[in-house]
Amino acid sequence: MTDFNENLNVEKKSSGQADINSVPFTEVEQPGPAPLGQQAKGFWVTFSSMFKKNQTVQYPDVKAPTQPRFHGRHQLNRHPDGLEKCIGCELCAWACPADAIYVEGGNNTPENQISPGERHGAVYQINYLRCIFCGLCVEACPTRALTMTNEYELADDKREKLIFEKEDLLAPLRQGMLAPPHPMYPGMTDTNYYNGDVKEAHPSQGAN
Amino acid sequence: MTTTQGSAVAVELITVVIDGFEVSVPKGTLVIRAAEKLGIQIPRFCDHPLLDPVGACRQCLVDIEINGRAFPKPQASCTIPVEPNMIVKTQLTSPVADKAQQGVMELLLGNHPLDCPVCDKGGECPLQNQAMSNGRADARLDGYKRVFEKPIAISSSVLLDRERCVLCARCTRFSAQIASDPFITLNERGALQQVGIYENDPFKSYFSGNTVQICPVGALTGTSYRFRARPFDLVSTPSACEHCASGCDMRTDVRRGKTLRRLAGDDPSVNEEWNCDKGRWAFKYVTALDRLTQPLVRNSEGELVAASWPEALAAAAAGLKGKRAAVLTGGRVTTEDAYGYAKFARIALGTNDIDYRARVTSDEERDFLAAHVAGSATTYRDIDTADHVALIAFEPEEESPIVFLRINKQFKKRGLKVTAVATKRSIAMDKLKAEFIKVAPGAESAAVSTLALTAKSIILVGERASESAGLFSAVASLAAKTGAKVAYIPRRAGERGALEAGALGNVLPGGRPVADAAARVDIAAAWGVSSLPAEPGRTTTEILAALASGSLDAVVVGGVDTHDLHHGSEALAALKKSFVISLEIAPSSVTAVADVVLPVAAITEKSGSFLNWEGRARAFDSAVADSHNRSDVRILSMLADALGNPISLGTVTAAAREFNQLGKWDGARVAMNTVSPASTPSVSGSDAILTSWRRLLDMGTLQKGEDNLAGTRRPTVAVVSPKRAAAMGVNSGDQVRVSNAHGSITIPVLVEDIHDDAVWIPRNSFASQALVALDAVHGEVVTVVKA
Repeated sequence: MTDFNENLNVEKKSSGQADINSVPFTEVEQPGPAPLGQQAKGFWVTFSSMFKKNQTVQYPDVKAPTQPRFHGRHQLNRHPDGLEKCIGCELCAWACPADAIYVEGGNNTPENQISPGERHGAVYQINYLRCIFCGLCVEACPTRALTMTNEYELADDKREKLIFEKEDLLAPLRQGMLAPPHPMYPGMTDTNYYNGDVKEAHPSQGAN
Repeated sequence: MTTTQGSAVAVELITVVIDGFEVSVPKGTLVIRAAEKLGIQIPRFCDHPLLDPVGACRQCLVDIEINGRAFPKPQASCTIPVEPNMIVKTQLTSPVADKAQQGVMELLLGNHPLDCPVCDKGGECPLQNQAMSNGRADARLDGYKRVFEKPIAISSSVLLDRERCVLCARCTRFSAQIASDPFITLNERGALQQVGIYENDPFKSYFSGNTVQICPVGALTGTSYRFRARPFDLVSTPSACEHCASGCDMRTDVRRGKTLRRLAGDDPSVNEEWNCDKGRWAFKYVTALDRLTQPLVRNSEGELVAASWPEALAAAAAGLKGKRAAVLTGGRVTTEDAYGYAKFARIALGTNDIDYRARVTSDEERDFLAAHVAGSATTYRDIDTADHVALIAFEPEEESPIVFLRINKQFKKRGLKVTAVATKRSIAMDKLKAEFIKVAPGAESAAVSTLALTAKSIILVGERASESAGLFSAVASLAAKTGAKVAYIPRRAGERGALEAGALGNVLPGGRPVADAAARVDIAAAWGVSSLPAEPGRTTTEILAALASGSLDAVVVGGVDTHDLHHGSEALAALKKSFVISLEIAPSSVTAVADVVLPVAAITEKSGSFLNWEGRARAFDSAVADSHNRSDVRILSMLADALGNPISLGTVTAAAREFNQLGKWDGARVAMNTVSPASTPSVSGSDAILTSWRRLLDMGTLQKGEDNLAGTRRPTVAVVSPKRAAAMGVNSGDQVRVSNAHGSITIPVLVEDIHDDAVWIPRNSFASQALVALDAVHGEVVTVVKA
């Protein structure tokens, strides 16, 4: 066994012989109070901030807005007619360095058209216990379906509650949108959707 | 290009220089393969080692110089065989070849859609990979890409995205050259060239799934796997196919404990790189069936109620204790499980009453199995070297598809002669241009004895030979007379393994005859018991009769369905009055009458091995690692412990080790009693002799839950000869009724080349379950009338 006491230059002692009182006591010199000029310089920050505008807000009664590009909770966006933009390609899950995203793709059928084209995201989960809000998923998304909001209040009392499902992440329906599933805009292809040719839902889309 | 592997002929070697390195390869080797031998990867799409070279995609362009004279332009290395003094410069050393490859790639990508995020191939795509390794970094295309309607279903299980296709013709070449199912072809020319099917004639091939696997882009995709997962989601496990006795090497891909797809593995000595659609797509039964999750015990009110394992094992042991019991294992058990059943019957139950054959059987077959099949070693290689293949009571495409592919390969390559003794002409016979010896059902053995075979010939005999008395005897004497090799090809994957493991009344493990005292001593010593039962056991039929008559009290049943047995309803009645322990994955006709039901693991949840028809071990590991279900052998071991007669096979590994240590029997085999053929009934009027077999894709339990696959089933038809059709006044497509005293089946008729006395119906297809509806087997008389 290597004796590490040797390395520390401490006198070797057998068990029972150790005595704290035999360690030599070195007196430390106490400098005493600083001169008044130095003290005034030190307290200057305290004094001056007494007359500045208060930065603290009474959270959660008052909520200060974040910076506009703050990385908060994700959002799954919709096309202007309400169809989802997510195609279930899993590139976000692939890009995620924390393995926080789980996606399963699904088939769009005439009866169940969730997004334009053939494929939609059937299962979409983000685990906010793992997410590090780096935004690589947003960069990876080929349809701009995934973006980040400024929402930062992501705390809860159960681990399960921090796995957000697709319905938790989907953007709300805005003016002119219809909740999917519904058919694609009459006469439009998925390419038209990506080119921005669809501006709002057509009345016939809500007919079913 | 395969070389003359294994033969004694010296191979002429040619030395070429590729990128400055010398390599010697057999004459006829393609440049692209010679480069592979050096580890130089030339990009390619159309090239496939098992398909004929075509040079369709032009991606493998290289600079070639022979005897100091260079080709004026880069050449496709996948079509040019090596020649002496050839100097090849690939993209690694020749800027011209590199630029040519980049140019081809740019043209291929010109019309290729940017589908990668929604494409199933994305992540495992040769086009993606080679576009990165051998393509330009930027695109110069300024304009619109060609657009096709997508996807179109070329069959219910294969979808085609024409705009993704790079026209490599791998799929069409596979269909024409390997499967002989030329249902797809390249239509149109120029930018509109596309893979197409004939009008109103979908891609109904039993091998269509292989085209999905070899497609180098995502143009062909499987309907069932479409959009299910990405390659990097999947955990892959090497596995073996549980569907038939061909013994394909497979790969099972699992995502979160759920099997999402299965692919053909690469085993040159068995399935090469192919498999059939049933092996590829029929795996959903594991989840589609209403699986048993816990033991069930019949209570005093006669109802099956859930119980704990100790309760169920105690109830099972109490029911077996001191009773005369038998074992029926079913043909789908792994070798290890079959060995567990065999040992359990001998030690825990003290009987040889065990039979794995859950189908139409005969005593003659059991003798034949013990005498000529156990320990035999006829292989796929013997088909490769045979001069003549005789198919007897065996329809290769329906009953063992990879055997068909192998015969077809040799037929295409060297015109292998094939003779089929059958009642009806089949599609496979047409593909193989087989000589069709037409016989009446039951009269096969007379035709077999006249076959002119040599010592280099091979006889492939199917399990259906048990339905024609004297046929196995005729096969054995034909083999003895001519010296031809015999291969017995059962339909189910576990049958050969069960035979070798001794799950049959007249053999012990390793093919040791029960009647041989030395063989019994051998096994008794290995098992550490004083003696083994000496009396050869009962067959499936005899066990069920003994249960019915009361000379047996109890039975342990594995994966057996009474629908597969002749006189299934009587079998069910016999089980109903006996004490039945059922080891099953899902409720069946047997669990309904069982007294104790013990749930077991499905194939994907357990490890083990099958012996294919060759006797070659096909081992597999559990693909779903966290399953709580146990293999049969583990449960039998617990049950034997509860009975106080331990068999000490706690794990699959222990069973495999013990079974392999026993080795094969080198002494005398069971002697076979020659059975003389029965006389065929003479029929007249509307009476006909029934002949039937199962189709590859039918109502089988293991195909449940896979509707896309069901769409490529062959149509359910009753086949009659033109003479009979004329007498009945029917044409193909008219409805006919096939009936007997038990019941009737009404299906469309197909007029085809079949013996005039016979009528053929599929045995277990939709609307035609011969054993259930008619309770009739091959050779019985039925009535056929216009419906």
